[in-house]
Amino acid sequence: MLSIKDLTVNVNDKQILKGINLEIKAGEIHAIMGPNGSGKSTLSHVLSGKAGYTVTGGTATYQGKDLLEMAPEIRAREGVFLAFQYPVEIPGVSNIYLLKAALNSIRKHNGQPEVDAMDFLTLVKEKVRLLEMDEKFLYRAVNEGFSGGEKKRNEILQMAILEPKLCIMDETDSGLDIDALKIVAEGVNSLRSPERSFVMVTHYQRLLDYIKPDFVHVLAHGQIVKSGGPELALELEEKGYNWVEDNQAAA
Amino acid sequence: MNTAIASRYTAEYQTIASSLPGQTLPWLRALRAEALAQFAEQGFPSPREEEWRYTNVSGIEKKLFAPSADITVGDINTDWLKSYQIENAWVLVLVNGHFSAEFSVLTDLPEAVSVMSMADALAKQPAQVEKYLGLAASQSEHGFIAFNTAWFSDGLFVHVPSKLVLDRPIQLLHIVTGDDAMATTRNIIIADEMAEAKVIETFVGNDSAYLTASVTEVFVGQNADLTLYKMQSESEKAYHFGGSYIKQARDARFTHHNFAFGGLLARSDIHADLDHASECELNGLYLGIKRQHIDNHTRINHLKPYAISRELYKGVLDDRARGVFQGRVIVAIDAQKTDSQMNNRNLLLSDDAEADTKPQLEIYADDVKCGHGVTVGQLDEKSIFYLQSRCVDEETARNMLTFAFANEMVDKVKIRGLHDMILEQLLTRFPQEGVNKEWL
Ligand SMILES: Nc1ncnc2c1ncn2[C@@H]1O[C@H](COP(=O)(O)OP(=O)(O)O)[C@@H](O)[C@H]1O
Ligand SMILES: [Mg+2]
Repeated sequence: MLSIKDLTVNVNDKQILKGINLEIKAGEIHAIMGPNGSGKSTLSHVLSGKAGYTVTGGTATYQGKDLLEMAPEIRAREGVFLAFQYPVEIPGVSNIYLLKAALNSIRKHNGQPEVDAMDFLTLVKEKVRLLEMDEKFLYRAVNEGFSGGEKKRNEILQMAILEPKLCIMDETDSGLDIDALKIVAEGVNSLRSPERSFVMVTHYQRLLDYIKPDFVHVLAHGQIVKSGGPELALELEEKGYNWVEDNQAAA
Repeated sequence: MNTAIASRYTAEYQTIASSLPGQTLPWLRALRAEALAQFAEQGFPSPREEEWRYTNVSGIEKKLFAPSADITVGDINTDWLKSYQIENAWVLVLVNGHFSAEFSVLTDLPEAVSVMSMADALAKQPAQVEKYLGLAASQSEHGFIAFNTAWFSDGLFVHVPSKLVLDRPIQLLHIVTGDDAMATTRNIIIADEMAEAKVIETFVGNDSAYLTASVTEVFVGQNADLTLYKMQSESEKAYHFGGSYIKQARDARFTHHNFAFGGLLARSDIHADLDHASECELNGLYLGIKRQHIDNHTRINHLKPYAISRELYKGVLDDRARGVFQGRVIVAIDAQKTDSQMNNRNLLLSDDAEADTKPQLEIYADDVKCGHGVTVGQLDEKSIFYLQSRCVDEETARNMLTFAFANEMVDKVKIRGLHDMILEQLLTRFPQEGVNKEWL
């Protein structure tokens, strides 16, 4: 699905990612954990094509194609979805409008006709129920005036409707209370399939209690310093990030 | 100002004076003569005047616009005209400054309500007109008002009596055709105590260089509620001056929605005087493309305590267009507990576009809550990326965001026919790709 090799990235001439290697196969869930400032959001942004990052070396291959060559919207239409750490408010554009625009862009990209209005509404309402949101949210401007938790839930709602192949979730758990966290986790779990992969970026292992990862990677100072199974997350929780950072310093 | 210009107009005046309405009324003859003299002295406003500092009307002065003696509707496409009529409204049509009975829809009016042409009102109820004409618009304010008073050839007269709630809107459809034509119209709208009404002013023209000079005086009685909509979609070669001058009584509510879309050079004045606990809401949207110059000048006079004013003007400027917003809020020494908020937001879509914004708060009372905010900026890159990450290409994302910025003002219009017309105007001025009307 996604293969990242020796990826190095600069922001304003400062190297932030210092040679990332990551192999993600279809159906897998990878958790990327790391302290604040380690480069987690940078990695998520570079994969989804945000401007302002300079790739100075390495590759990211998505389904056999050079991901870094594609415009952000093409990546999205090809099935890469970023759930933002800080979702953006878009006054004047309703949630439902954006969902329709997004879904139809994907369909057009795949040579399919526009979605039928009734089918669309049925689909959207089903997902709204799944995430236990109020239907009124659909008609409100994207994220405008939403609480932190509502914004995160809205990201997962979009993800559920657009059915991406590669879901990158940047700190989706932050700002969620425990009930909301469970609902979001259920939403994500319902999307799990052998064709869909997840990259869950998180600071804490809390989310991983509800969404079981296949692999856990620890990112520190722009490098993956340790990889393992779900038990690594627990170990981290216990020993703190200093443990891996110390290891890295020793190495 | 160039007095040569003024004298050309004053000489021209003698040739049409006898055809103007109300010339048998001594008070009006005197008023017009006074206004003419004032204009001869003042001429059109100059950028040296503080309230005209961003707008140079010398383009108007270079021409000699001619009033038409009658309606001359020969070249008007009826379907085109009808496309601007709001469904379910009472419509009064003025063509080249003259009332057209043929195109107007004034049937089924409640008996107590007057909706008629100004010429009709001067013939049938001159005392009413005399009482209000010039009461809200001061002729000494600037040359366009004096010009209008001297020249007006017709207009709309509305009187809604006390306690009457009009369930259908009244529309003034103002059409000008022909190069160098001039349409000078004067309107009076009166809503008596506890009355409620909605009045729509629409200004359109064919593709020629003409001058519209319109003055509307509005009187909102105690506890009355009046909403005035203005959409000017003049020809892209036209000059437009349209002033609305409002007097609100105690507890009166007035809402204005100003959509300034057309004209090579367009200026709107919206000046309101507020009494005790009056509420005044001014909304505006101006769109400039190509070389358009669009100026909106608002003034809210808080004269008495407890009045509330809310103002939001948004501008979208592309190409080499220039938008001007001057908003004055004056809080008199007696106007304690005034609550006023003024905002102006500008979106520049090109490096050559320009926005001049000048909010002015003049506060003479000490116990008030007054705020203002101004922004001039480009589309937000974070928002563009967010939309791109949701499969939307960059150009479409820009169009969506531009549309959304402007549409906030369109969405405030609750009269469906008018809302849809304004939406259409908005969509024809900016790239439509990216905005799917069916999805809205
Ligand atoms: N636009 C930027 N300009 C300069 N430094 C940046 C910028 N964005 C991120 N950084 C730096 O890059 C590092 C990684 O940031 P980020 O990817 O946001 O970390 P994380 O998501 O792991 O908390 C931090 O040191 C941060 O200060
Ligand atoms: Mg981050």
